[in-house]
Amino acid sequence: MIRVLADALVPAHQQYLDQARQMQALSFAVHIPLVAFGISFPALVLFAESRWLRTGDPLYRTLARRWTRILVALFAVGVITGTILSFEMGLLWPNFTATFGSVFGLGFAIEGFSFFLEAIFIGIYVYGWDRLSPRAHFLSGIPIVITGFTGSLTVISVNAWMNHPGGFTLRGGRVVDVHQWQALFANTYLWHELVHMYIAGYIVSGFVLAGAYAVGRLRGRWGRYERTALAIPLTVAALAAPVQVLVGDWAARDVARTQPVKLAAIEGLAQTTSGAPEHLLGWYENGRIRFGLEIPHALSLLAFHSWNAKVQGLDVVPPADRPPVNVVRFSFQTMVGIGTLLALLGVVFVGVRIRRRRLPESRWFYRALVVAGPLSVVALIAGWVTTEVGRQPWVVYRVMPTADAVTGAGSIPVGYTVLALAYVVVGIGVVWMLRRLAHVPLELEEAER
Amino acid sequence: MSSTFLSALPLVFVLSGVVLYAVLAGADLGAGFWQLFAGRGRHGEEIREHAHHSMAPVWEANHVWLIFALTVFWTAYPTAFGSIASTLAIPFFLAGIGIVFRGAAYALRAGASTPRELAVIDTIFSLSSILTPFALGAMVGGIATGRVPVGNAAGERFSSWLNGTSILVGILAVAASAYLAAVYLAADAARRDERRLESAFRTRALGAGVVAGALALAGILVLRGQARALYHELVSGRALPAVIVSALAGLATLVLVYRRRFETARYGAALAVAAVVAGWALAQWPTILPGLDVRQAAAPHDTLVAVVAAVLGGGAIVFPSLVLLFRLTLAGRLDEGGPAGPAPSAPGRPEARHGLLPRLALACLIAGFGLLTIADAAWAHALGVTALFAFVVAGFFALVPTEES
Repeated sequence: MIRVLADALVPAHQQYLDQARQMQALSFAVHIPLVAFGISFPALVLFAESRWLRTGDPLYRTLARRWTRILVALFAVGVITGTILSFEMGLLWPNFTATFGSVFGLGFAIEGFSFFLEAIFIGIYVYGWDRLSPRAHFLSGIPIVITGFTGSLTVISVNAWMNHPGGFTLRGGRVVDVHQWQALFANTYLWHELVHMYIAGYIVSGFVLAGAYAVGRLRGRWGRYERTALAIPLTVAALAAPVQVLVGDWAARDVARTQPVKLAAIEGLAQTTSGAPEHLLGWYENGRIRFGLEIPHALSLLAFHSWNAKVQGLDVVPPADRPPVNVVRFSFQTMVGIGTLLALLGVVFVGVRIRRRRLPESRWFYRALVVAGPLSVVALIAGWVTTEVGRQPWVVYRVMPTADAVTGAGSIPVGYTVLALAYVVVGIGVVWMLRRLAHVPLELEEAER
Repeated sequence: MSSTFLSALPLVFVLSGVVLYAVLAGADLGAGFWQLFAGRGRHGEEIREHAHHSMAPVWEANHVWLIFALTVFWTAYPTAFGSIASTLAIPFFLAGIGIVFRGAAYALRAGASTPRELAVIDTIFSLSSILTPFALGAMVGGIATGRVPVGNAAGERFSSWLNGTSILVGILAVAASAYLAAVYLAADAARRDERRLESAFRTRALGAGVVAGALALAGILVLRGQARALYHELVSGRALPAVIVSALAGLATLVLVYRRRFETARYGAALAVAAVVAGWALAQWPTILPGLDVRQAAAPHDTLVAVVAAVLGGGAIVFPSLVLLFRLTLAGRLDEGGPAGPAPSAPGRPEARHGLLPRLALACLIAGFGLLTIADAAWAHALGVTALFAFVVAGFFALVPTEES
């Protein structure tokens, strides 16, 4: 019987491995911005509602109600894109799931419950406006905030396990001696990923929302309602963006320790080097960075807090075991570059708030905000590309190559095309819907402009 | 090697998830079916609106049952999951695309403002309401007739799900969804005193119920030709009681619908569908896939224990919440145009702002920087992250404009 199982799912030598990877990447890229909203937006809506409960000012009620509509629409899209992701665990990577489902599956099972609670209380919260007592309604929103956190905790615990696997023994292609609690939640790699993503959620929804109201301001819509609606998300994002710089630095130090090859790809470091320099911009070619700006010793200093620390290069593994350096490096630099700009924008905003006790007045500030929204989404996706492509060629780091995980089904190219088309249709629909929601006239008597 | 009981327990959870998905999300997909065939004009519009408003508060929670069943299945029976998902990749994918469009309809409806736009959205996206149940039913047909061998895409790409049994089960799934939806929607219409809608959905429920029943009977005959062993279990073996329960519940529901006892009919219809799933499981027991029984398919002992613990623990939290949601929904508390709740009684209290918050925020920022960036110990990082979160929260309350004028 053991023999049957050991031979059960053999690698498929899939000719469509790259398409499978791209299909997975597409599905993530569509889903992750929605997750960012799911993590953070409910808290912003609840804050607005709490202001209404405390002050009785109807402006906050209007704000919370209008945001609720966006919240539920984005949540619906997040539900379906998330469902596709769970399908792809089997559609694209059946060998990964078949081999390691017993180790990491628990994370998703718990996430299922978290998602359940989120869906239940979103139903109650959204349709309970004006039906429940104000206090009960506010309370029904709190589980949404909590499950936004627990959902990201459990899903990221699986990703952290793929990057830093443990809690099992592999014998003859089968996992034995499985300790899944330890594998998922006693993993040192989990914490920086979780914190980094959670803060990213607030940065993305903060800058995207603020950007939308900044467009309004540039077009002359600047009543009391718009100012409040811009200030709340922007205040969160402006504080979170500088914090993200510190958290990102922590994450990079963890990567340096646990995934030296990923760090080498991020930095384009071919040879193991003591006192390694850091390069800004440029292009990796033939083992060196061309046209980059070199900062001597910076990498050793940042990664290991030491002037002459030895940093492992790509040469510690054979070429077949290295990720595509330029993809990883370019994504990383994109994320860091945008993140730095967002942090600066945040500092400017906080500075104006403290010194002048008002919102900034320069048109340039609002133009920057309009750009900051989409850029924050780009940075979010670039960050995930860095960590996911940086893990390649492994699906489970140094345990299972991605090529061994892929399905043998021949339907990948057709599926990829259909999914891409479906997402284009849904994407156009969502943009149309959000524009419509934005143009619903304010209930003037309530907002007291 | 785990005991048979422990090996089978997660499968009971999975099948319970499938049953709940079928009776809850099935009704949602069926509602889409009726939207698709609602017809034009004022009456068609009313039907589509009713189908939408009845399902909107609960559809997300209903769809989570599928995610639940999938995650428990791949954790507890990873080999079987990998084999099924790779051989039946096409119908599995079609079901997923259907769910994408169904959910998109809910999201996009928020932006629609004219009946015409609503009609377009409902029609385009309701096609998925046929696609998803058919594809999932076809998968069940393939698994039940042993067309999914153990292995990575080891079975036939098309005939594994485009065969007599699969097609029949697929159509049965569509009919059962439409039937469930009609019963639930008739019940909702009766509760809201909408006579015209009530009788419209009553007629639909009776029609769909007869069709679904006939298809279920035909299914048994098709199995006689295609899967003898399964057929014998259904008509004379351990699955017979489930078949009888399903038939009786189905008949009883038709009578209840005919006599306008819709609330009771809800549960009868759900029971009839649940019994079909149970009958399938009993007939196939203990085989999951050819050559793979439940004990062989089960994950290592500790994983099963963890799954059972997670499901029981999670269930203890989710079930009361779910009961709350359905009580509010069934009591009409989440309906459009229901009774309005009172306004908050709090008077406009002036906010006291003091200088403590900014100083606290600054202190947290400095502490966070020191502990997370300078220090190297894990405990210091944990404290540092906490301090930085405190910085964001304190800074937010210090800076956010509350009296912006």
